[in-house]
Amino acid sequence: MNTKERLKIPRQKMPEQSPKERIKNFKEVPFGLTPELAMKEAQRCLQCKKTVCIDGCPVEINIPEFIRLIAEGDFTEAAKELKKTNSLPAICGRVCPQEDQCEKVCTLAKKYEPVAIGNLERFAADYEREQGKVEIPQIAPPTGKKVAIVGSGPAGLTLAGDLIKLGHQVTIFEALHKTGGVLVYGIPEFRLPKSIVQAEVDYLAKLGVEIKTSFVIGMLWSIDELFKNGYHVVFIGTGAGLPNFMHIPGENLNGIYSANEYLTRSNLMKAYSFPEYDTPIFSGKNVAVLGGGNTAMDSVRTALRLGAENAYIIYRRSRKEMPARIDEIHHAEQEGVQFNFLTTPIKYNGNADGWVTSMECLKMKLGEPDASGRRRPVPIEGSNYTMEVDTVVVAIGNSSNPLVPQTTPGLEVNKWGNIVADPETGRTSREGVWAGGDIVTGGATVILAAGAGKKAAKDIHRYLESL
Amino acid sequence: MNEIIELRKLAPEINLLKLNVPLITQKAKAGQFVVLRMNEEGERIPMSITDLDPETGILTIIFQEVGKSTAHLATLKKGDVLADVVGPLGVPTHMENFGTCVCVGGGIGIAPIHFAAKTLKQTGNKVISIIGARSKNLLILEEEMKSLSDQLLISTDDGSYGLHGFVTDLLTQLLSKKVKVDFIMAIGPVVMMRAVCRVTAPWGIKTVVSLNPIMVDATGMCGACRVTVGGKTKFACVDGPDFDGHQVDFDELIKRQAMYLKQEKIAMERFYQKLGGKTKEGVAR
Repeated sequence: MNTKERLKIPRQKMPEQSPKERIKNFKEVPFGLTPELAMKEAQRCLQCKKTVCIDGCPVEINIPEFIRLIAEGDFTEAAKELKKTNSLPAICGRVCPQEDQCEKVCTLAKKYEPVAIGNLERFAADYEREQGKVEIPQIAPPTGKKVAIVGSGPAGLTLAGDLIKLGHQVTIFEALHKTGGVLVYGIPEFRLPKSIVQAEVDYLAKLGVEIKTSFVIGMLWSIDELFKNGYHVVFIGTGAGLPNFMHIPGENLNGIYSANEYLTRSNLMKAYSFPEYDTPIFSGKNVAVLGGGNTAMDSVRTALRLGAENAYIIYRRSRKEMPARIDEIHHAEQEGVQFNFLTTPIKYNGNADGWVTSMECLKMKLGEPDASGRRRPVPIEGSNYTMEVDTVVVAIGNSSNPLVPQTTPGLEVNKWGNIVADPETGRTSREGVWAGGDIVTGGATVILAAGAGKKAAKDIHRYLESL
Repeated sequence: MNEIIELRKLAPEINLLKLNVPLITQKAKAGQFVVLRMNEEGERIPMSITDLDPETGILTIIFQEVGKSTAHLATLKKGDVLADVVGPLGVPTHMENFGTCVCVGGGIGIAPIHFAAKTLKQTGNKVISIIGARSKNLLILEEEMKSLSDQLLISTDDGSYGLHGFVTDLLTQLLSKKVKVDFIMAIGPVVMMRAVCRVTAPWGIKTVVSLNPIMVDATGMCGACRVTVGGKTKFACVDGPDFDGHQVDFDELIKRQAMYLKQEKIAMERFYQKLGGKTKEGVAR
């Protein structure tokens, strides 16, 4: 096939549940590409000499190569190619912001639509798993070195996979009762099925990774006690786990949730299946979600599925500044989410029983760019108005959870409480302690956390060999 | 691990649970709590610690059947294994030799006040304990409290035992006698803790309460347990559960605790139907 022919193929659409149908269930929205669709999409890749797409990937997946393998119908090999640099392709194919990474710089994107790299990544990884073709890799002879990983999110899972293959003994300590961190408590089933996360965890367990759930490091054992118990290295990947609130009047009224709580109840505790599952969730009629990120989209779409009649996004900037993945914004729009841009709440009103009944908002306009380069929202005086709400979900980001830093003398943190770690290696101020993911960077993406795990694995291996 | 060593009724709807959790017993201190989860469908239930023994690895919890999950827990048997026991969680109660301490426990709150009183005593304090319940048959740990306290005062709401009245009546009497009290710890229903704080405020005696708001993860991640203390929002799971009682917004806490009453009723009815149409009373007896 020549370039001209390739350029003629339109970007292949991934089949998905219709909006009408899917807002009544929690099943995954896209069905995934069929092998035929995947091969056709893969043929669109021009196999450029200058691999800008690889530069656009935080973990430098050899994108043209895995796509070439899909085009040739060698799906299992494509999955293997992905796994050379990304341990979690089925997950990243679903949750990476490809439009800001690989697909943004794709050569085709200048004149046409970019190659659907994310959808192809997802396809290859799903194919390998569903066909039962996931091979157990060769594991190096035991080194006798023990590694403790605190937190089982994307950073910890990636690190565990890399170090166990190198012959080290690896234990993951997870505070919650399920492994996967934000992948299980935060991201909803309709965006990332939990069976996929479980498959990754099962794979690690098969490789010999020991997993201790319901084990809170910082409370049951400190980092120092991990060393006392024979671990040579500790990696802290505890995520950004302390929800931010706006600290405006009435914020503790009933019906006002942090996104963490709302999503944890629904995802981890399966409150959407109450009363089959014990944990309840309040599913209001008029639900306002504050924020413009993926967590906000996840929350507002959860609200629809729990039966909201009106589900609003309240965002203080404009559509252009929203940090959420484009796919999620599209999906939310299709599902009937109402977007109130340039709006911020300033006060909640409640009834005598302590339930939120309405929210007073202020309209904003965009001013000069701020430190993040985005135009700063400025309140418009006198623009106050009140909207009726019975549920509010605050999705304006997280701070770092202090449990580990507080109990680890000598561990340097910055003014936001994030652990200070070398961006190239993950090394912290404490000998033998590494850190990576959101606890270092503040709220970021799954792929960046996985990338941090990858980098730390290389450095930890070097360190362990020197012991 | 997580095995039930003993589970028996102490009083109607009040149960004593002993769990084999060696690691937790090596670490937990008075004022801290654990989270239990019974099974895959189960919710995460925060529970105060009544006592622990690091040598045997046994943790004692006394719990009241207040909803579906606790009613279900009460039906388990010796040898059953809980899906999860997480802990210790929360900040331990600040212990020092204050001098004379009054420990006030109401209802099921006598269980955690027992652990606090025991530790205060071990820290060298003189401990005066005041315990109360609705009725004599609901009064727990009387013997244990008696043996570890320098003085024990008892009240019941219906007058079936001890003073006919509330723990606050006993506390008011005590303070009026000009007994020098340096520190007060109160644990029980929120209305009781609020009442105790109202009594002690004019005397200017430091009064610490242990709060039990609704929690989910109980490690600071979700914010369900937020309480207003001194005008600021705190997370009871990581900032507490102990707080200066004179600073706590109890009225807000009472409303927040009632958030899921409707759902609790649904879950309860469904549970009793599953048990074969028994009423609440049928199970409790």
